[in-house]
Amino acid sequence: MTHVATTPQFKQNAHEALGDVQLQQALGNVRTGFIDKRAKAAAKLPEFEALRDSARDIKNHVLQHLDLYVEAYEAKVKASGGHVHFARTAAEANARIVEICKARGAKTVTKGKSMISEEINLNAAIEAAGMAAVETDLGEYIIQLRGETPSHIIAPAVHLNATQVEADFRRVHTHLDAARDLSQPTQLLTEARSVLRQKFLSADVGVTGANFLIAETGTSIIVTNEGNGDLTQILPKVHIVIASLEKLVPTMEDAAQILRVLARSATGQELTVYTTLSTGPRRAGDVDGPEEYHVILLDNGRSNMLGSEFEDMLRCIRCGACMNHCPVYHAVGGHAYGWVYPGPMGAVLTPTLIGVEQGGHLPNASTFCGRCESVCPVRIPLPRLMRHWREREFERHLSPVLVRGGLGLWAFFAKRPMLYRFSTGLAMRAMSLIGRAKGRFGWAPMASGWTKTRDLPAPQGATFQSQWKNRK
Amino acid sequence: MTVVENRPRVGLFVTCLVDLMRPSIGFAAVKLLEDAGCEVVVPSQTCCGQPAFNSGDKATSRDIATQVMNAFAEVDYVVTPSGSCGGTLIKHYPEMFADDPNMAGKARAFAAKCFELISFLTDVRGVSAVKSRYNGTATYHDSCSGLRELNIHDQPRKLLGTVEGLSLTELPDHDVCCGFGGTFAVKYGEISNAIVEEKTKNIVSTGAHLLLAGDLGCLMNMAGKLSRQGSNVQVRHVAEVLAGMTDLPPIGAPQGAVK
Amino acid sequence: MSERPMSTARDEILASIRHALNVTAADAPRRAAVAARLSAHAKGIIPQRGQLQGRALIECFMSQATAALATVVEVSEKDVPGEVARYLRENNLPATLKMGSDIRLNALNWAATTLSISFGASDGADLNGLSHAFGGVAETGTLVMVSGEDNPTTLNFLPDNHIVVLRAADIAGDYESVLGKIRDRFSGTLPRTVNMITGPSRSADIEQKMLLGAHGPRRLHIIIVA
Repeated sequence: MTHVATTPQFKQNAHEALGDVQLQQALGNVRTGFIDKRAKAAAKLPEFEALRDSARDIKNHVLQHLDLYVEAYEAKVKASGGHVHFARTAAEANARIVEICKARGAKTVTKGKSMISEEINLNAAIEAAGMAAVETDLGEYIIQLRGETPSHIIAPAVHLNATQVEADFRRVHTHLDAARDLSQPTQLLTEARSVLRQKFLSADVGVTGANFLIAETGTSIIVTNEGNGDLTQILPKVHIVIASLEKLVPTMEDAAQILRVLARSATGQELTVYTTLSTGPRRAGDVDGPEEYHVILLDNGRSNMLGSEFEDMLRCIRCGACMNHCPVYHAVGGHAYGWVYPGPMGAVLTPTLIGVEQGGHLPNASTFCGRCESVCPVRIPLPRLMRHWREREFERHLSPVLVRGGLGLWAFFAKRPMLYRFSTGLAMRAMSLIGRAKGRFGWAPMASGWTKTRDLPAPQGATFQSQWKNRK
Repeated sequence: MTVVENRPRVGLFVTCLVDLMRPSIGFAAVKLLEDAGCEVVVPSQTCCGQPAFNSGDKATSRDIATQVMNAFAEVDYVVTPSGSCGGTLIKHYPEMFADDPNMAGKARAFAAKCFELISFLTDVRGVSAVKSRYNGTATYHDSCSGLRELNIHDQPRKLLGTVEGLSLTELPDHDVCCGFGGTFAVKYGEISNAIVEEKTKNIVSTGAHLLLAGDLGCLMNMAGKLSRQGSNVQVRHVAEVLAGMTDLPPIGAPQGAVK
Repeated sequence: MSERPMSTARDEILASIRHALNVTAADAPRRAAVAARLSAHAKGIIPQRGQLQGRALIECFMSQATAALATVVEVSEKDVPGEVARYLRENNLPATLKMGSDIRLNALNWAATTLSISFGASDGADLNGLSHAFGGVAETGTLVMVSGEDNPTTLNFLPDNHIVVLRAADIAGDYESVLGKIRDRFSGTLPRTVNMITGPSRSADIEQKMLLGAHGPRRLHIIIVA
């Protein structure tokens, strides 16, 4: 499983995704399920809109004071017996984590679902150091068996169907009876439960992400429905949290505000089954829990986003609502985006983290329909941020020459109204005559992206402005 | 909240697509505005600058915006039969000049007098009914900018409800993008096609004879797909039906075609 | 010639943040604002649903927890052992039980049942676990559990079936009230783990169909005690 971005091949990725019948069927689940559930959850809570504003304001406040909240958080983690390690880059984060694991002679590392760990490609680093990394979230476990990356930030295996999962379980769980019945999803779940139960109990280190880091108490919060993140962190001797800087919130009350919009926006649940606050290692007198608690605080480009046009993106709470509502995501699914983060939030974040030269397709492949922004629980203006990436590309002359040239030609005429009226008057009359019989064109130069699959309506004839002039 | 002044001077911002491709929408807009007691003028115009703006060319966007604001300086209102051009004038012109102390106030003041056509008629002129007729079933697509940037949803449905003989049936996923997105439809044509195919599936499922919307870009996209699929569904701009001007062929139909 | 100390990752990250925000470390008003916010820990918006009182509060908790697929009953304290035995029997579960050293549970009359009871953390071999909740939140039917010898955290996750005793008086309308109580009770440092639990474990990772019992308990039974 590599993390070389295939985003430059986005168009080819999309082409393949559009032709993938099984994927298209699976994506139907995204369109119907998530959207209805979120709408119902929002409708059931009269305070939902006000809570979105509250969540946005909390995040903005933290970002404006991020350095101080980092300091306060670090002090509290230490006071509760934990350790904080700072990592500027993915490589530093991986090195710290591997060090901690090696110091404990770890052989098996269980993992709760963590998109940050995907971003830094942690599993590869763990395996390169001779240890086994075992994903425990059911969706992550399934894609780990397939050597795939997640195609959605909260539903990693949404691109698969049950038949594929059955095939993978049979292929990998060779210690089980080959004749067993796996035709029902509940049987797959039962099998995953017992296989992973063994891993939970034998793991030396457990790594989780964090949905929130609370500065007031030095606490990390994870939200899951399965309970895998909890078994990952309470059973092994060492619990490592990997989280990026912007996960900080000031107090438990602030976390509660944002929790009220997180699950509702993500899956339509009022709250996830398990919302867990972890603070430090086990206390004297505890009979379970980890002996060591480490937090890796990762920058990896976040501080560069502060004070920039893209600062709003740091409010993201990784709910996935944007991609659940995106017509482009519905059409091509998450893998087509080519890197870690898909959908609208991926379109903004990917160029930030891997550069706009590599990631530029994503903010361009949007109609700016605005549905993402309309459902974002922290009101990130995603289309505007995508447009900012287009502005960067334009300034740096990164857009394709033909596109820039075509727009330049349009601009030339648009800024010269008399010339515009003259030229377009001629052109529209001509096109109208040519297209008169059918009223449309099946082909037009430079527009094959359109005409391959659609007709292009023909102009009516004389332009409005020329007719208006004659009317007077 | 309606303000009924004595014969306000409305500058019609007809939009480049309407100007070039389907002037009848412009004339329908003129009729509706004149029926609502407005004096209509058409200052020299080309484009609102949206293609440049969405492509990241800030300098050209600002040049075109300045040109538009100057051309429409002497009118009480600027009205346009397009949610996306309306969104550009109303939301994005102020954005374009937010960090320019000389132009920021001017852009905000300009934006305050700009309106999309249908919502201008209902919300500003107090129009609650039209006197046209159309026999048949229609379905209405909410164009994204009009819906999400300008909150246009109830107004066209309200007026369409007063068109005699017209039966309006709700479009499933009426608030989902049609896949046009300006240059997106050409640059990412395959994805755009996948999105418009979902849209035409929904349109055909309504059994309606006529598809309506408030944006010519969306309409051309959906009409182009419907005709390539051999569909009989006709496509018009909502202003044409409200103005009772449906004698000309619908969008994408042969010039000789009748209603 | 003095050596410049190597800047650490911590130094660089903080410097990068400060540079981006155009602030200095010494900015006193900023520090004061952050300190004030942390010590005030003000509540934000509390939904109406989280502000119920009396009987309505209990019923909200019960209907929310039921909607989250937990089962909920109300009994008087002396009837708890009998209710636990009944629950296990009616679900065809073995009459075994693991619990922590919570005095409120230990002091109940288990001898009146035929349950075989063991104590301590769970090691994965327990089918049925019993805990006492720290509190409950009515707005979403959520249990709040606190780690420690009294109610080991492993009991919340490893047994197939989790039974939780919750005092009616410990049910609050909103999360903030219970979290505030935890802050007051454990002044200084929070317990190692605080679990907010809403229903039994589940996953929808296979074709978006929801299934119970992913890794945590398949069943969650809540016994509210007056």
